[in-house]
Amino acid sequence: MASAAIPANQSPKTNYLTNGYSLKSWLLTTDHKRIAILYLISITLFFFLGGFFAMLIRLELLTPQGDLMHADTYNKVFTMHGIIMVFFFLIPVVPAVLGNFLVPLMIGAKDLAFPRINLLSWYLYIIAGVLFLHCMLVGGVDTGWTFYPPFSTSASNTNVIEAGLAVFIAGFSSIFTGLNFIVTIHRMRAPGLTWNRLPLFIWANYATSVIMILGTPVVAITIILVAAERTLHLGIFDPKLGGDPLLFQHLFWFYSHPAVYIMILPSMGVISELIACFARKRIFGYNFVALSSIALAVFGFLVWAHHMFVSGMSLYAAMVFSFLSFSVGVPSAVKVFNWTATLYRGSISYATPMLYAFGFIGLFTIGGLTGLFLATLGIDVHVTDTYFVVAHFHYVMVGGVLMGFLGGMHFWWPKISGRMYPEAWAKLSALFVFVGFNLTFFPQFILGYVGMPRRYWQYPHEFQVLNVLSTAGASVLAVGYLLPMIYFLWSLRYGPIAEANPWNAAGLEWKAASPPTTFNFDETPVVTWEAYNYDEIDAKPQEVPVGR
Amino acid sequence: MSEHATSRGFYVALGISLLVLTAVTVGAAFVNLGPFNPVIALLIATIKATLVVLFFMHVKGASEKMTAAVVISGFFFLAILLVLSMADYLTRAWR
Repeated sequence: MASAAIPANQSPKTNYLTNGYSLKSWLLTTDHKRIAILYLISITLFFFLGGFFAMLIRLELLTPQGDLMHADTYNKVFTMHGIIMVFFFLIPVVPAVLGNFLVPLMIGAKDLAFPRINLLSWYLYIIAGVLFLHCMLVGGVDTGWTFYPPFSTSASNTNVIEAGLAVFIAGFSSIFTGLNFIVTIHRMRAPGLTWNRLPLFIWANYATSVIMILGTPVVAITIILVAAERTLHLGIFDPKLGGDPLLFQHLFWFYSHPAVYIMILPSMGVISELIACFARKRIFGYNFVALSSIALAVFGFLVWAHHMFVSGMSLYAAMVFSFLSFSVGVPSAVKVFNWTATLYRGSISYATPMLYAFGFIGLFTIGGLTGLFLATLGIDVHVTDTYFVVAHFHYVMVGGVLMGFLGGMHFWWPKISGRMYPEAWAKLSALFVFVGFNLTFFPQFILGYVGMPRRYWQYPHEFQVLNVLSTAGASVLAVGYLLPMIYFLWSLRYGPIAEANPWNAAGLEWKAASPPTTFNFDETPVVTWEAYNYDEIDAKPQEVPVGR
Repeated sequence: MSEHATSRGFYVALGISLLVLTAVTVGAAFVNLGPFNPVIALLIATIKATLVVLFFMHVKGASEKMTAAVVISGFFFLAILLVLSMADYLTRAWR
């Protein structure tokens, strides 16, 4: 096996972190790695803000009576939580942080295809974020993250247009990231890095980018139409003005269902990397896992109306959408089965990233299977707008995305920071996250099934035990999320220096120094090996990797 | 240089024609054509979109297959949106 002359196992004197210390050098950078760090900081801030609103929700639901806040305030609180978490955390987090950092490194490129557009996408994200913060400070919005009319266009007296504008701008940030990834992956792969040799993280980000580009404009236009109806009283969605509220739901979910795959697909890409590395095996059925990402991107666009089964839509169309919704289970199952098949006879080690990968498989499987309940017309009618739905989408979106993101952050932290994190604390944190998450959201399946509706700030006394369990779980979960932030920051100063490849992992990013230099590679690497060639890597004598 | 100037003039003219078509759309909205009002509006919008795709997005004259793939996939996903939404609208029992 030939490999390129790449400076590995050397900590360069100047890397992307030390290449300029001024604020200007960060705010005007076009280095994809620095932009990833800018995203990491800003997205983390939004995550904790969204988490703050989640905490308020769980505190209110600790007792049956509405004693912490007024009903109107509760409406605003869950809306803020939803909008922040969906548009400012879940959608951008893995592509904008890990994707921005890793896509060029993984394909042997010096940067993304359009570095300035990459920086612009971060500024758009910040502008959108600041706009939304302003909206929040001047009274907030109470439509739910779904902005359903006619409430959003004629009844709500909160800051709907400003919140919608923030989401609109954040959407363009997302489009720019997707555009950059697609062009980069097509045009800037290292010689020899054919499509069949691409890391599955790249395949996943490619599929995600397709959804970002094709779906995001639709929700952007829909939000403009909401603003037009609200301000100019055009009859688009409001039946009183001659509009059709279901038209909004069709347009909104045409984007917002595939948006779930924008969130989860990059995370799935992370999991493929983790499982291959910590099972020391090539991913079982590589081609199927790669193409299942594309299949999810396409199938994800065919199922949106399962969010509308009780809306009054056509029963015949509902049956078609129900059938199509089941089809999404196929590529999802391909991934889960192939990951578990990869584990078979693998040399498994239980480093922290692998714990998160295991957590992902467990949570995503529960989330995915309960999705089939919701795709079934009869059951969906029973559980629509109950806590069953809340539990389901948290298992998929939060369980899936955060497990993938945290697993990825631990895996690539040595590459990002040049330091190792404390393994024992990290394992403890992974345990807290997994236990806390299940304690928070599993009771909500039961609550929903026995009839507790979502978006209510009061509930009957018989639901209290499960709600107390859920709030207790949220406290454990919060500790699990806070710990990594603390020890990652700690490790920046006190963590052991990381080698170029502490996990002895496959992939071009591990051939660059830790942290990488500004242009990643001194010479463009030439790839002559297949993806995940762990049999070849382990056949060679290696030093014992750190942290395993 | 002259070629650049010509192309700039062409794009300015194209931009102006888009604005004119916008004005025509607004004007047509004030004429009562019954069920043909939305038809006219959509027809003008389609012409505008075609001009933008062909010229501003440089699809006309593009030789790469990738360009064709991008355009076709864009229309394919638009078709999914329209066809599946219409599957609801055209089969509602209560209409």
